[in-house]
Amino acid sequence: MNLLEQQASNRRRTWAVMLVFIAFLVLLGAGFDRFFLGYSGTSLPVGTLAALALGTGSAMFSYYGGDRAVLLSSHAQPLEAREAAAQTDAEKFKLTQLDNVVDEMAIAAGLPKPKVYVIPDADPNAFATGRDPAHASLAVTQGLLDRLDREELQGVVAHEMSHIRNYDIRLMMIVAALVGAIVLLSDWGANGLWWGGGRRRNSDEGGGGAIGAVMFAVWIIGIILAPIIGQLLAMMVSRRREYLADASGAELTRNPLGLARALQDIDSAAEPTKLISRGTAHLCIADPLGRALGDKEHAAAELFATHPPIAQRIARLREMAYQSQGGH
Amino acid sequence: MVLYVLVGVIVLLVLWAIATYNRLIGLRNQTLNGWKQIDVQLKRRHDLIPNLVNTVKGEMAFEKDTLTQVVEARAKAVSASGPADAAQKEGELTQALGRLFAVAENYPNLKANENVRMLQEELTSTENKIGFARQFYNDIATKFNTAQQTFPTNLMASNLGFKPAELFEITAPADREVPTVDLSLQK
Repeated sequence: MNLLEQQASNRRRTWAVMLVFIAFLVLLGAGFDRFFLGYSGTSLPVGTLAALALGTGSAMFSYYGGDRAVLLSSHAQPLEAREAAAQTDAEKFKLTQLDNVVDEMAIAAGLPKPKVYVIPDADPNAFATGRDPAHASLAVTQGLLDRLDREELQGVVAHEMSHIRNYDIRLMMIVAALVGAIVLLSDWGANGLWWGGGRRRNSDEGGGGAIGAVMFAVWIIGIILAPIIGQLLAMMVSRRREYLADASGAELTRNPLGLARALQDIDSAAEPTKLISRGTAHLCIADPLGRALGDKEHAAAELFATHPPIAQRIARLREMAYQSQGGH
Repeated sequence: MVLYVLVGVIVLLVLWAIATYNRLIGLRNQTLNGWKQIDVQLKRRHDLIPNLVNTVKGEMAFEKDTLTQVVEARAKAVSASGPADAAQKEGELTQALGRLFAVAENYPNLKANENVRMLQEELTSTENKIGFARQFYNDIATKFNTAQQTFPTNLMASNLGFKPAELFEITAPADREVPTVDLSLQK
């Protein structure tokens, strides 16, 4: 599969996942209508509309403000402020290098230069965020700057630039918001069941006996499963896009080994990145929780990971390097 | 009836000519813009080199030849005209710079000098930007040329004054690789 086909297939999958999310929201809301409000088909389905509104609202909120929220919560500082505060020449040098590398990758990708931030955290990591390439931000931790040489840094920045170019930053923000809305709703639903059991029986009399009971059971199962399935789907989208960003990043730098070495460095320092919260994980170059998935590639552990195992990513990049050498 | 068909054909032809003309103009502007991107970086490189030469001059007094070569190559590159000419002279400049940095390896004082480090970073970055901008420019210039040369656009392209764009290509095989200028300044 070449890059364009991969992008197209990603887009199709993404739409499918979005539809599943919307279906979940409708299911949660419709169940609420049916079992709590005694919805009979004539009045306005308030619950369904409210669930959809919550999903849309939180998606809109992260579309417009999600990048600022993420940058704020990770204590990211603008590169310029960091440069002004830099005390040693070596520090200043590294920041200039970062600025240059971002500039280069923006030229290579044909995109406007994103805003550059530095996160004062000793663990090496990086992420990109924003709603589109014109409103994108790219943040790297101080640990990443300290650890990586120029080529490796270029690999990481190219990976993030690919997330920006492929609109992964927008997608993952919206997906995270939808998962959040589903978790919230099913939480409320579960609480409602706990407290509102009596209400249900009343409405059942108006509804309809056995079929009503089966539907109710289905709805409960839906409530329990929706958050889990939602998260699984989100992780799946995220993992596929990590591979794609690795590949298209290597295409930008024409140097897959730079990123491969960087990943190795990042992996060897797999401490948790304290300043990057769980919710931002899918935007990072490597899982900020530092879970060492590389060694024990359990299928179950992988399902819940935002990132493919680093060992596999490195293997794929090495393969690309090998192929491009053979090709010329 | 025949008249209507004739008028119809003429209208279609005129519409096609307008569309083609506009498409070519669009491509030409993109190509010019792509070239400007390279030009900005080339100028930046030319501006950085005198700084570099001045900084290393004292330390590298014995390497007069290497320094003179860089200065001369820069002078030639500055006066280059057009992409093809520029590509060749910039290639020579790249080589001269590569030699300078290779020789500089032998001077520990230079390696430790923060100014030199910074200048080298800037030059490396400029070099990279030239490379990436070149990819972009050559892609769009090739598209522009192909549009002019394919049938039926070729029937009118030259009559309208369109000329194929020169590619920014480095021909000597030794120049193809941007030399890795490395003073072991990693990290």
